[in-house]
Amino acid sequence: MGPGGIASSGADVISTFESELKKVKVDALIEEGCSLHKVGCFGLCSKDVLVDLEINGNKTTYQYVKPNMVQRIVQEHIINNKPILEWTTDEDYQNFYKKQVKVVLSDCGKVDYDSIDSYISISGYRATEKVLKTMSPEEVIEDIKKSGLRGRGGAGFPTGIKWEACRKVESQQKYIICNADEGDPGAFMDRAVIEGNPHAVIEGMIIGAYAIGADKGYVYIRAEYPLAVERLTLAINQARKKGFLGKNISDTGFSFDIKIKLGAGAFVCGEETALIVSIEGQRGMPRAKPPFPVYKGLWGKPTIINNVETLANIPYIIRNGAQWYSSYGTEKSKGTKVFALTGKIKNTGLIEVPMGITLREIIYDIGGGIEGGKAFKAVQTGGPSGGCIPVDMLDLNVDYESLAKAGSIVGSGGMIVLDEDDCMVNVAKYFLQFTQSESCGKCVPCRIGTKRLLEILDRITKGLGKVDDIEILEKLSSDVKATSLCGLGQTAPNPVISTLKYFRDEYETHIKDKKCPAKVCKDLLTYFIMEATCTGCVACMRACPAGAITGEKKKPHVINQEICIKCGACFDVCKFKAVEKE
Amino acid sequence: MINLTIDGKKITVLDSTSVLDAARQNDISIPTLCHHPKLTPFGGCRLCIVEVKGIPRPVTSCTTPVSEGMEVTTTSPYLEDLRKTVLELILSDHPNDCMVCEKAGDCTLQELAYFYGINPPIPPLEKGGRGGIFAGERRVYTKRDGNPFIERAMEKCILCGRCVKVCDEVMGVGAIDFTYRGFKSKICPPYERDLDCVFCGQCVAVCPTGALTGKMWTLKGRQKEIKEVDTICPYCGVGCSITLHVRRNEVIRVSSKDDTINEGWLCVKGRFGYNFINHRDRLTRPLIRIAPKNTKEAQKIRSSEDKTISNSQPLNFSTSHVFREASWDEALDYIAEKLKTIKEKHGPDAIAGLSSARCTNEENYIFQKFMRASIGTNNIDHCARF
Repeated sequence: MGPGGIASSGADVISTFESELKKVKVDALIEEGCSLHKVGCFGLCSKDVLVDLEINGNKTTYQYVKPNMVQRIVQEHIINNKPILEWTTDEDYQNFYKKQVKVVLSDCGKVDYDSIDSYISISGYRATEKVLKTMSPEEVIEDIKKSGLRGRGGAGFPTGIKWEACRKVESQQKYIICNADEGDPGAFMDRAVIEGNPHAVIEGMIIGAYAIGADKGYVYIRAEYPLAVERLTLAINQARKKGFLGKNISDTGFSFDIKIKLGAGAFVCGEETALIVSIEGQRGMPRAKPPFPVYKGLWGKPTIINNVETLANIPYIIRNGAQWYSSYGTEKSKGTKVFALTGKIKNTGLIEVPMGITLREIIYDIGGGIEGGKAFKAVQTGGPSGGCIPVDMLDLNVDYESLAKAGSIVGSGGMIVLDEDDCMVNVAKYFLQFTQSESCGKCVPCRIGTKRLLEILDRITKGLGKVDDIEILEKLSSDVKATSLCGLGQTAPNPVISTLKYFRDEYETHIKDKKCPAKVCKDLLTYFIMEATCTGCVACMRACPAGAITGEKKKPHVINQEICIKCGACFDVCKFKAVEKE
Repeated sequence: MINLTIDGKKITVLDSTSVLDAARQNDISIPTLCHHPKLTPFGGCRLCIVEVKGIPRPVTSCTTPVSEGMEVTTTSPYLEDLRKTVLELILSDHPNDCMVCEKAGDCTLQELAYFYGINPPIPPLEKGGRGGIFAGERRVYTKRDGNPFIERAMEKCILCGRCVKVCDEVMGVGAIDFTYRGFKSKICPPYERDLDCVFCGQCVAVCPTGALTGKMWTLKGRQKEIKEVDTICPYCGVGCSITLHVRRNEVIRVSSKDDTINEGWLCVKGRFGYNFINHRDRLTRPLIRIAPKNTKEAQKIRSSEDKTISNSQPLNFSTSHVFREASWDEALDYIAEKLKTIKEKHGPDAIAGLSSARCTNEENYIFQKFMRASIGTNNIDHCARF
């Protein structure tokens, strides 16, 4: 249960179950006893709240559960063993999980997020014991290298090689940092992992620390994730009590402890050098590399920074073997990747798929296609640093190399699906607005360059675009990419570049014809009432906040274009589809 | 030692030298705005980008250390084009009011804009003025800092970070830092209060544009007409080297050169405390007291002269009633005679001498010698102690 589940009254569902089960004295009725587990996110956000009921090994899943449905479920299903078929999950649910391969998320939705015993019962911390007791750090690194695991934070640097480099640096003190500063709009993979299975992350950190020789770890997590912080804090305390953290772990002589550091809401602090200075207590501004953090990181000491998902993969790789992990994925991109599937798609939620799966499989098989039967237009991957991939590239394999070739990135794993109602210029503008306001201001191209790009996009969407604007956009985008200091600036123009590449005609229509093909850009729209279909019901007149609509009852109304503020209220309120926009 | 090639020239430099320093040591020039040789590299202005063989994208030479066998290209049509873009971007968010800027003629940004032939967006002084390829919104800060010494025209600031670094790394004060994000980024004291620091003015000295200047410099003259006079700061025994900027026989600014004993750094007194030189109250000739020593009588004179007199202007009133001007010969004879009389009448220990740290070592030495040998007393002291 994550914030999505809680927002869909998941907490109430749980408390109703608790009181109902107590009321019917379920313990007395059922021989083996009955237990209620609060588990992490299942992934299928659009069907929240999901409840798994398992009786004698038979699992039934209910969807859209509300507190007022609980009583009937308890009475009919638990007591009388008659599943309520109209409330159980449908085909979408089966399809959603069919093509997924769960590694990182395999225990999300199975373990109680607030119980270390629950995690241990599904062989949790077995990997830690195996590593600390039977493996040398070099063997651990070799295993990770063999698995082919690459950084899941976006850049895709091979984790094993990073660890090996840090292992080889001689230093009295080393650090391992877990980067949980997930800031991409539309991305919530790391949050779900921490909320659903915090111990896997802790285990990953212990193993990583052992491999490189660190005795201190930090989790840099955004303060905007209060639930994740709460569950992680609890998990760390539990791990300390059980002796998996602290001095002399499991009598192996290895000591390691973790501190949580809250980020103050700066997107750029997800960049590793900015993250380091932020932990040191300074303003989060990236610095040039080299020296890389592996050699000179936190407090000038060798430091490894890994993303949440990367670290959460580690215990599973150790437990099941490198070979098992590398059997998933493509030649260069191994394993699975978690994506946050959002936008105009039927089944929104968190998915984990093997690398190399096609976009079509993700969007149509797992995601169930576009909502409302509209036409798919593009999918935006990699958040504000990524790009938009058009419909004719739907059979593109999702892996680091293929996406980069198409002008986008895997990134941290945001996947926003856009349909025919989305204006690509507006999409580019949205992401640029985000990167511009999150730029730290240190380097010129990112601070001023993105601002100028944004201004040009803004005037295009307002119908003030000039013919040479596309050329300026292209030149400035490539220059900002080439000259910016850190990843934020270097990738900030990607949304512009990729939309210019695949949707150039939309830009041209905006500039030359002063029209928005998707009918999104307000300044380029005109609302008018179709005389033939208008029944004169006065609904639009009442709704219009500007008083721009005039007309008599039962006679067609007219919009005064000079007064109209293009808010769209009339369009939304008209039951006869008499209001049109162009 | 490390061997590398820069622009085809084979050079050898010490380990951990930056590519920028290696180039400059070998007379290969690379443009910079944010770099300062005495501060840690920043890598913010992106002008010092160079191409290194084997690295796919340009790197900043100020932050990249040299490595064995490195092949560096500092100039190419591609690099110069990128540099031009960066400069155009900076100037698209700059008032470009060079004709009224204190810094004109002494401004790195102006110089680079000139060499790269950049046409700034016009018109210059308005918010949101259009023109030029990257014209757009400009930062406008109407509130001015109320401190007495440093003029902070933040709309001219290019956020090179030199002032922040000098304040932190050299002074250890940390009075200013970066605030806000994105285009609104700004350097200012905490909570955007008025600057309240030691006012050493080091930030003013390192600022490459007209964003930081001395308030007392305003409209006193620009660098072109100035005669520079190197001297020693008269304020204390440290003896910092200073350079007086003199225009029409008036000191209008004080600076210090990098190759001096104080490495170009000064304190508030050395940098901003030069007003006394041309002050009307400064003593330029010896004065001998003529007024009665009786305070009551003196007060009577005072009240009859001017009712508005305050303690802060002791010499402005009726100087002619208290002192009279004298020649150096007359004054020195007068002092010698008085000292002699006291010594004869009360003995040498009735006399004491107090010297000043504003004097040179030599002057202080002579003074104590005079007190001990000529007067014959050990009653000699100095604000910094002998």
